[in-house]
Amino acid sequence: MKLSVWTYEGPPHVGAIRVATGMKKVHLVLHAPQGDTYADLLFTMIERRNHRPPVTYTTFQARDLGSDTATLFKDACLEAYERFKPDLLLVGASCTAELIQDDPGGLAEALGLPVPVVALELPSYQRKENFGADETFYQIVRKLAHPVERSSEITCNLIGPTALGFRHRDDIVEITKLLNEVGVQVNVCAPMHATPDDITNLGRAHFNVLMYPETGETACRHMERTLGLPFTKTVPIGVSATKEFVEEVLGIIGRSAGESSIASRLPWYSASVDSTYLTGKRVFIFGDGSHVMTAARIAKEEIGFDVVGVGCYNREMARPVRAMAKEFGLDALITEDYLEVEAAIADLSPELILGTQMERHIGKRLGIPCAVISAPVHVQDFPARYSPQMGAEGANVIFDTWVHPLVMGLEEHLLTMFREDFEFSDTAGPSHHAAHSPNQEIVDQPASVTASDQGANVIWLSDAEKELRKIPFFVRGKARRNTEKYATDRGVAQISIETLYEAKAHYAR
Amino acid sequence: MVGSRTCAHLLQSAAGVMIFAEPRFATAILEETDLAGMADAHQELERVVSDLLSRRPDIKRLFLVGSCPSEVIKLDLATMAKKLSKKYYPSVNVVNFSGSGIETTFTQGEDACLEAVIRDLPNDDKTQLAVLGALPDVVQDQMLRLLTDMGIEDVLVLPQQTAGAPAGVGKNTHFICAQPFLGAAYDEMVRRGANAIHAPFPFGANGTTEWLAAIAKRFGVEQDKFDAVTAGPKARAERAIAKVSETLTGRSIFFFPDSQLEVPLARFLSDECGMKLTEVGSPYIHRALVGEDLKLIEHNAVISEGQDVEKQLDRVTACNPDLTVCGLGLANPLEAQGFSTKWAIELVFSPIHFYEQAADLAGLFARPIVRSDLLNVGGAI
Repeated sequence: MKLSVWTYEGPPHVGAIRVATGMKKVHLVLHAPQGDTYADLLFTMIERRNHRPPVTYTTFQARDLGSDTATLFKDACLEAYERFKPDLLLVGASCTAELIQDDPGGLAEALGLPVPVVALELPSYQRKENFGADETFYQIVRKLAHPVERSSEITCNLIGPTALGFRHRDDIVEITKLLNEVGVQVNVCAPMHATPDDITNLGRAHFNVLMYPETGETACRHMERTLGLPFTKTVPIGVSATKEFVEEVLGIIGRSAGESSIASRLPWYSASVDSTYLTGKRVFIFGDGSHVMTAARIAKEEIGFDVVGVGCYNREMARPVRAMAKEFGLDALITEDYLEVEAAIADLSPELILGTQMERHIGKRLGIPCAVISAPVHVQDFPARYSPQMGAEGANVIFDTWVHPLVMGLEEHLLTMFREDFEFSDTAGPSHHAAHSPNQEIVDQPASVTASDQGANVIWLSDAEKELRKIPFFVRGKARRNTEKYATDRGVAQISIETLYEAKAHYAR
Repeated sequence: MVGSRTCAHLLQSAAGVMIFAEPRFATAILEETDLAGMADAHQELERVVSDLLSRRPDIKRLFLVGSCPSEVIKLDLATMAKKLSKKYYPSVNVVNFSGSGIETTFTQGEDACLEAVIRDLPNDDKTQLAVLGALPDVVQDQMLRLLTDMGIEDVLVLPQQTAGAPAGVGKNTHFICAQPFLGAAYDEMVRRGANAIHAPFPFGANGTTEWLAAIAKRFGVEQDKFDAVTAGPKARAERAIAKVSETLTGRSIFFFPDSQLEVPLARFLSDECGMKLTEVGSPYIHRALVGEDLKLIEHNAVISEGQDVEKQLDRVTACNPDLTVCGLGLANPLEAQGFSTKWAIELVFSPIHFYEQAADLAGLFARPIVRSDLLNVGGAI
């Protein structure tokens, strides 16, 4: 048993719904109690879809438990088929139905429906949302995709985008454009936008573009084996990664990898003197494995930040994230416990957090700016405007998004020079984020249990307290905790200016 | 909540941004190993509770909320609650109720919780008024002021704001519900010998007046005094409603079942705002509770209990209402088809009871209509 308030991922059947909702002419019958219909609103509200997700829930109740639930399931299948006339029926069970052990696959098979039926195994007590999406799509491909004649022109499939994916909608457009520029047409994009008929035609392509390993890798490996389709390994987020992706594509289609240019403004914006103050800004990165790995590279190589922490919540990506962290000289934080993430952030006191909606709120609590790079996300990260993460335009979007929450360069100097002036008080935060100004009490005393307890019986002399306030606000919390720890460790009961600088020297590397 | 990842995900999705404000709820997520052996699960729960209580020593009452998974595997949370109560006596009181989807719908969770709380209350034979149903603080204070002004001082509001505050119920307790979804709590009060007061629910000027009048009658408040207390706020509420209901008069409305608030709200909208009722759906209709409201609308609306969402959607299409009250899973899809909708969940969390909120309540229904008249760029995609 694990006590949890926030969860980074939903249960696996939500992953199945993401695949079904992304596709067309597909219907999912989910054996589930009535409360489970809550998942609909993720799609109608967060993604703002204008239709109901193509899911029928059996909505069994306590009085149905017993042999009745199997009948209920069969009736639901028949009614859903009659009403929606899908080309493909998916059947599965949510966590509760998994316990009552009706067999959705067998029951649906016995109905003899005139369309293919794919039975999903969704182990709710071991796996999570991303697995559910990956597995569902793999099962659909396994059932429907068979070798067919290759297209005469060079084509590829886009694999991995789903409903409720972070910027999947615009990434598809951006990558399609990028591929078209090098003469590659898109055969099928799946699961998003694909019909079951499209899935049977996946084999027409010459190769697969694996856009999101979390939701498409198993299907790509399967197609590599059964359809002979190689797939791309580079996720084209960031300028360098996009270049490498294009070269990888050219390699697959047997064209010489010339000097590919990516028309992004990021390199110049990042090189311009206005960005100098970004150098070495300490950044903490957390999210799903793919977005974290690409973000870390952009942060380090393309913007010049100092990556001080990386981690991901999906264990499926733990190995590559660990390997990458090692290259950065870091230990990756692989956890789905937001308290661990919060403790790590409080401990590192970064100047910028790149993360999910959870990290956004952690950042708000600790008074640290944050930009969102990965699901899970709230409604504002399904924007109306075009805002991909992939390709050239994606790099533009990323530059703007990440720099925006930071205090601007000149502003930062002014805040440090005139910190005691009422107009420039650093408690005000970035001038363009009036609503997000950090609360100084919180910045100075993070509510985490890391070090403040130890320091509770140490008294700050007023001179030292005043001196502490002269330290830039983004490192002040850390300075306070370090000094308190230093004093406690040495049995010093009062912190003077002397102690403060002794501690600073002690912790300096 | 003792349940699965689905339960945690549901709470997170439903609580929206509140989830980030260190809420005092959490899910003990069952894992594969918990399903293997039952003794194990009990020990695990004890461990989780012990961790939680040491982290949050301010907690005085801990609810173990049952879920579909915990009920299907027959995890005995009631016995666990007793055992834990004994273990942590007297600092923490542990109570169990079910919030599972196989047994309860939405607001029935409050009902099941309140029923469990009432069951634990000691006996007290003093004469008092008990008001059942959690209300926003500001609304509760308005209610208590009105009752005090009528001379009714001894009022017990359930649930109380603080666990363990002195309270008891008995045969001289007269009780009234402020929320229509408290069927089980109502039945529990009756079992405890308390006397029910029946009235329409306090929505709108008339609803509030009737509700207060029923209490006044039971407690022998004189008509003059009652009029003196209610006349001012009632007139104020009527004036305010009149302004908002210009938008609503003559428009038709369809209720999908959601919170059991549907029957009294339909009564308010037809009786005080001039709306035309088409269908009033409610997940469950407790006649002893909503009977007074039901009587006032039965003659001019289709009342439906329970749900079959596909058939209900067909009926919405057939009767083409001006406003449809529904959940968030249906609202945007219906809007995209050109129907104006009012999402129902807001009605549970907004202050809507009693005189001062009457116009706000009407406003919640007027807003989507005003908005669709206002926008001029086309809605459907």
